[in-house]
Amino acid sequence: MPEERTRRDFLGIILGGGLIATLGATIYPIFKYLIPPPSGEANVSQVKLPFKKADIAADPKKAKTFRFGRDLGIIVLLPSGELRALSARCTHLDCTVQNKPDEGLLWCACHNGKYSYDGRNISGPPPKPLQVFAVNIVGEDIFVSKGKA
Amino acid sequence: MAESTSRSSGAIKRAYRWVDRRFQIQALVDYMSHKVVPVQKFSIWYYFGGITLFLFIVQVVTGILLLMYYRPGADSAYESVRFIVAEVSFGWLIRALHSWSANLMIFAAFIHMFSVYFENAYRKPRELTWLSGIALLALALTFGFSGYLLPWNELSFFATRVGTGMAGAVPFLGKYLLVIMRGGEEVTGATIERFFGLHVAILPALFTVVLSAHLIFIQRQGMSEPLEWKEKPSGEKKYMKFFPHFLMRDLLVWLIVLNILAVLAVFFPDGIGVVHWPLGVKADPFSPPPPVIRPEWYFMFAFQALKFLPAHIFSIEGELVGISVFTIGGLIWAFVPFINRKSRIDEPSKLFMYFGMFVILFIIVMTILGYLL
Amino acid sequence: MTRRFWTIFLSGLLLTVLTPAIRAEETNNCLTCHQQIEEEDGPAHKFPRDIHYQKGIFCVDCHGGDASLDDMDAVRKVKGYRGAPSHLEVPEFCARCHSDATYMRNHNPSLPTDQLEKYKTSIHGKRLFGEKDTKVANCISCHSVHEIGDAKMPYSSTYPMNIPGTCGKCHADSSYMAPYNIPTDQLDKYTRSVHGKALLVKKDLGAPACNSCHGNHGAAPPGVASLSAVCGNCHALQADLFNASPHEKAFAANNYPMCETCHSNHLIEHPTDSLVGTKPPALCANCHSDDDGTKGFAVAEGSLASIEELVQHRAVADSLLLDAHDKGMMTTDEEFKLREVDQDLIETRTLVHSLDLTKLQPKAQEGLAKADTVKVRSAGLIDEYYYRRKGLGLATLFITIAAIGLYLKIRKLR
Repeated sequence: MPEERTRRDFLGIILGGGLIATLGATIYPIFKYLIPPPSGEANVSQVKLPFKKADIAADPKKAKTFRFGRDLGIIVLLPSGELRALSARCTHLDCTVQNKPDEGLLWCACHNGKYSYDGRNISGPPPKPLQVFAVNIVGEDIFVSKGKA
Repeated sequence: MAESTSRSSGAIKRAYRWVDRRFQIQALVDYMSHKVVPVQKFSIWYYFGGITLFLFIVQVVTGILLLMYYRPGADSAYESVRFIVAEVSFGWLIRALHSWSANLMIFAAFIHMFSVYFENAYRKPRELTWLSGIALLALALTFGFSGYLLPWNELSFFATRVGTGMAGAVPFLGKYLLVIMRGGEEVTGATIERFFGLHVAILPALFTVVLSAHLIFIQRQGMSEPLEWKEKPSGEKKYMKFFPHFLMRDLLVWLIVLNILAVLAVFFPDGIGVVHWPLGVKADPFSPPPPVIRPEWYFMFAFQALKFLPAHIFSIEGELVGISVFTIGGLIWAFVPFINRKSRIDEPSKLFMYFGMFVILFIIVMTILGYLL
Repeated sequence: MTRRFWTIFLSGLLLTVLTPAIRAEETNNCLTCHQQIEEEDGPAHKFPRDIHYQKGIFCVDCHGGDASLDDMDAVRKVKGYRGAPSHLEVPEFCARCHSDATYMRNHNPSLPTDQLEKYKTSIHGKRLFGEKDTKVANCISCHSVHEIGDAKMPYSSTYPMNIPGTCGKCHADSSYMAPYNIPTDQLDKYTRSVHGKALLVKKDLGAPACNSCHGNHGAAPPGVASLSAVCGNCHALQADLFNASPHEKAFAANNYPMCETCHSNHLIEHPTDSLVGTKPPALCANCHSDDDGTKGFAVAEGSLASIEELVQHRAVADSLLLDAHDKGMMTTDEEFKLREVDQDLIETRTLVHSLDLTKLQPKAQEGLAKADTVKVRSAGLIDEYYYRRKGLGLATLFITIAAIGLYLKIRKLR
């Protein structure tokens, strides 16, 4: 009798233990899944910049680059105090443009291409203008989105 | 009965008595405990209905989890799926399970359907069970078609464009069908939104209703006995109680299927061979279509068969003839309990058996050709 | 009598009325006759394609004469008839209009009118006007004649992509150029160069053709001192760095042409890291040695070392990234970061022109840090890949235990 009981107990332990462990192995990933990752949500056609206007003003070139999906963008503090965001990929051979505040234009170091702040290619090899993005400021945060402001 | 020493079964008994006092479920439990399953040579096929059900449950759970992060819309669908797979903890696992379970569920549903067909289990009095099963298969295929578009990647965009385009070939209704399916003339973000509503709201509701009916019918009527048992003396017929014997076996099978699913999800998160669903690149309606556009494997046989048809047959458009033939074939299949007179008197029918074998062979050959050519 | 009066009056009236109509239709007997007597590709057949024809300037406006006449002798007798100019007369023939600002303003105000002046400063112009050289290029040698096209038109001989061929018509012909003792391999070298491939193969109109460095009408090889200014029109950063470096004075003192000394002039190839350093084929050692009293040797060694270190770290990061990608992990973030490393590599290589290790090395360090980030993250992705399999193994173990337990229970119940 006792032997049967211990065997039944053993069986119960294996079965019960196995089922509970399986349940645990199922619930654990689900639980971790439900906790959102640091970035919160997918960045789509609009991105919140990871820095503030003051950071841009503090930069010696008065501009910062940021990631926009698969693209690279550049946000510039214009002399008027307005923030302007454009694509940072030069339309000639894809180098990254930079701001030249003393000349009041965007410059590509690779072959001396120059763009005005409204994106127009004004000098050098670039064949097309840079795309301009819309900038929205909410409180201290800067949002950049594709599509006209 | 030997005394149970474990505390847990005592707790279960107490919980049961609590519910019974309020809802009088004892009668129901007694009734259900009488359900039996025939024990015979082809018993293994009895498991496939349950496997389909289990995979459906996996779909619901993983689908709800995906809903936590998925965002429908041309601007957000692809990015949100990429987000799930790349950044959410175990997101890759949930998505891979959802994709695999979808494919395995339809595969299991087909096996279930064919095994029921060849066993003639659809015969009187189980005609409605069969019809509701056909409806469930149609709903499952619609689930598959609508879900496929949701990642909004190149693969799914073009497959959907071709698939909905074929709907447009239906006479009279074709134009309306196409516009209703697509939410416009072309496949756009509006299509995603429609398919999404279909996939997460309309279809689950319908499926639940039809599935409940299907299960209630089975519960009420019990499992179908093999045709050979018509002549058997009742003493020789062997049965197994559903609760708990068959149920335990069912659970064991479910555990094994769960494990298979997990292995597939980890080792082949993007599918195997031609049954492939990598996230790839985002859909771009203006880019040229990829050289090979394929529907999902469960539509491949129809797709390939239609491709074989010449442009015109006796001055009727080839595609139209193909769709008509499929429709007629589908109707015969759906109403086989009424058409197969011999089954009504529990007699096997060689004609319908050959028909069934033809259908299976046709599907298998067309599917293989679809991938080879 | 009245009848005779009316006949004369009416015929006179008719003639007076009809004559202008007749004259209006007689646009161009030049074209009509010459098209009949010429071959298929003769001037009169080509001329309707010419920009002058399209602007309403016809045969008579250049050659003089009278388009209403149909007899060549009569035409030659017309006052102001100029006929076809000789090779030496062509520049002034064209300049009659093209250097007349008032005239040009009435036809195309935006065209410059200094071509003849510039031409006179060019090698071609000096030889034509000085030595009366009839082999040297004049206006029509480059612009063609009777089918002159706007340089913006792809069929024009002065369209950027056609310019190497236009100049090469003479300059690549060694027998034609034999008397001048200058090389004739420029076209061949240019075609194989980075600029040639960019313009002719990739059709990048931003790439320089012959005129971008040599000028059009004032064509001459750039002087040794001005070469960096010419290259610096596009390669401004490199030119600025160079001009601030010790090489600027050194090259000027030794009369070495800037840019060309290391990069050559026509066969400018894509620079590789092997140009820098102290071992052949590096160019630094051509002038510098370990004990030459300058920092040159050390800078050469240091520059190459920094660049090669960055290249190597990038390669390691890239191979790990590829491995993670092949294992099916999502690598878009890391790929993005790797592009930043590539940017740093470009900037480090550009800083070679500064010959200043205090500028070059920090930039290389930036790139190294980013490359290492990619490496670490890729390794993390690969670890995640194995972690998933371990997790699966564990889950399988649990499920197997449960399955065995269930199986035994089933057996027991039987």
